[in-house]
Amino acid sequence: MPIKSLDELKKIRDEHMKKVELRETGQVEGDTIEILVGMATCGIAAGARETLSAILDEIETKGLKNVKVVQVGCMGYCHSEPTVQVNKPGEEPVLYGKIDGAKVKDMFEKHIEGGELLDDHILIKTFDKA
Amino acid sequence: MAKIRSHIMVCGGTGCVASRSEELIDALKSELKTVGYDEEIKVVKTGCFGFCGQGPIIKIHPDNVFYVKVMPEDANEIVNEHIVKGRTIERLLFEDPEAKVKQDKHSQMNFYKKQYRIALRNCGTINPEDLNEYIAFRGYEALGKVLTEMSPEDVIQTVKQAGLRGRGGGGFPTGLKWELTYKEKSDEKYIICNADEGDPGAFMDRSILEGDPHSVIEAMAIGGYSIGANKGIVYIRAEYPLAIKRLEIAMGQAKEAGLIGKDIFGTGFDFDLEIRLGAGAFVCGEETALIHSVEGSRGEPTKKPPYPSVSGYKEKPTCVCNVETYANICPIILNGSEWFSSIGTEKSKGTKVFALAGKVNNVGLVEVPMGTTLREIIYDIGGGIFNDKDFKAVQTGGPSGGVITVADLDTPIDYESLKAIGSMMGSGGMIVMDEDDDMVNISKFYLEFTQEESCGKCTPCRVGTRRLFETLEKITEGEGTMEDLDNMEQLCYMIKDSALCGLGQTAPNPILSTMNFFHQEYVDYVTGQKKTKYSIVEDKCIGCTACARKCPVDCIAGEVKKAHVIDEDACIACGACYDACKFDAVLKP
Repeated sequence: MPIKSLDELKKIRDEHMKKVELRETGQVEGDTIEILVGMATCGIAAGARETLSAILDEIETKGLKNVKVVQVGCMGYCHSEPTVQVNKPGEEPVLYGKIDGAKVKDMFEKHIEGGELLDDHILIKTFDKA
Repeated sequence: MAKIRSHIMVCGGTGCVASRSEELIDALKSELKTVGYDEEIKVVKTGCFGFCGQGPIIKIHPDNVFYVKVMPEDANEIVNEHIVKGRTIERLLFEDPEAKVKQDKHSQMNFYKKQYRIALRNCGTINPEDLNEYIAFRGYEALGKVLTEMSPEDVIQTVKQAGLRGRGGGGFPTGLKWELTYKEKSDEKYIICNADEGDPGAFMDRSILEGDPHSVIEAMAIGGYSIGANKGIVYIRAEYPLAIKRLEIAMGQAKEAGLIGKDIFGTGFDFDLEIRLGAGAFVCGEETALIHSVEGSRGEPTKKPPYPSVSGYKEKPTCVCNVETYANICPIILNGSEWFSSIGTEKSKGTKVFALAGKVNNVGLVEVPMGTTLREIIYDIGGGIFNDKDFKAVQTGGPSGGVITVADLDTPIDYESLKAIGSMMGSGGMIVMDEDDDMVNISKFYLEFTQEESCGKCTPCRVGTRRLFETLEKITEGEGTMEDLDNMEQLCYMIKDSALCGLGQTAPNPILSTMNFFHQEYVDYVTGQKKTKYSIVEDKCIGCTACARKCPVDCIAGEVKKAHVIDEDACIACGACYDACKFDAVLKP
């Protein structure tokens, strides 16, 4: 498939940028929103992998560029797995419990985009934790 | 469908491949399969991260965690701990040699803090064997821009204004070189990439070709367009098999995508590229010798003028530039000449890649802005001298360069400043030496190299370098006289003034420079102050006979359980006894 114009090149670029983007988001400090997903044995058993892929789906459908998803170890709230922590720059990190695949959409619309917390799911909200 | 959520970047440069990084890739893939994560985690073989002393290196995105000295046996732990459970593996993190703290992000490391990567921008970030990844990082956009929006004059002006100078060592302004070739009228012109990197210890060009081959291909097409050449040749030494392989793959992909070949971007511009393998003769890095070698003749230089820009390959106007020079072109086109010329010093713009080797803690490939001081490179990036020894000198410019001593450590590096202190930029080899290194032997090493690599065409170089080497041999064997020192110095200047090409003209530099800064070491050899042979400390020797059994010339005598003695006349200073002794009883010369 020969590339015959700059526009065609840009199209290929846009297509493939999605695949390599995560190599860049990790490097940028500043206005990146970090989503940490607890992926220890307890989290995985409670469905953290479904949560994780739902999060990745949301980021892609919404076309968000400034969100970085990192899997972390057990955050200590095994009774409320899957746990997800949202770190927005300049705001207190919020740790949510019982975020299953279906709740992810809510979390994005309310918290990530709207800035409104999911009151029913908050486990802890403080700077004193990682 | 599973989504890829993480990339494990594994270094696939020659250095890390030699430390089994390819096995590591296979091990990671199979471990991922075992835990059922092979569809969401991608293992990517990438180019050189530069931190070769710590290889094999892997970097996990998007967590941005950097692991060093990773072995195939570690794959299981990486997958089960880091990938499945998200726990960072402490023991594989880099430990700062001074602060003794573990660091997981490359941005925290002193090694990377002062670096600025332009030529190496994609090394360690993309898979060099995947055209689409190169395109994702703005690949071929510069070529598209040049062909559709710029005239050849515009391109030449941009490169000229950027102030880019040849990175092979000479420092000739690249824009001017392109302009000279552009102005020549001819039915055919050629553009050549000089990938005949030959300085001992230098591997900048190899790493660029291995880690980002498309950047060179794209820049050559841009160069071809601006000088009016439809044909490009990459001259690369056959000793770089991995670089050749990656370049071939990249060329195949670019051809298939129509990014080189006929009617590129529908603009009617044709550009073909081919690879010519060199046999690895040092002199073929000299452009006229290189052109002869490409033509199939002996790799011998000819007198300049005529310069290749007037009469080069097949006697047509030809432009020869170095790999690293090309690697700078695309960022200049995309970001503009002002951006590029804002980096560096007044006369030397941009960055320079150095292969940092020798007695430093962090051995590797570093790219720094021009004007960075040697102290910053050796102490901040290099992490200081190995084993806390004292710094003695740093050798730059390879066999054509000289040594720089502690007095000049704060010199900001650029083409002019290095020349002013008796060395040169060269292609970027930088060998750090500590208090134990013997300067006379260092120059002997370089002369042994140049006298062997001399093509033999002109007498000053062919005979002269041989005589220099012989004199150095005589001196290091303790047979030299003060007269030899004077004669040698005189011969150095004679060769410099009369040799035909750069190889001969610069071959005496290591001697002149070490004689200038470390004259006493030469005198010590001649006056017998400097021991040239090994010896045994009587008090320490317990008479185990280990050294005597190892000595290849049987010059160590002594009875069992009694102190041994080395016959210094017969000793060939091979060092076998030193290695054999477990009681530190053998003294090095």
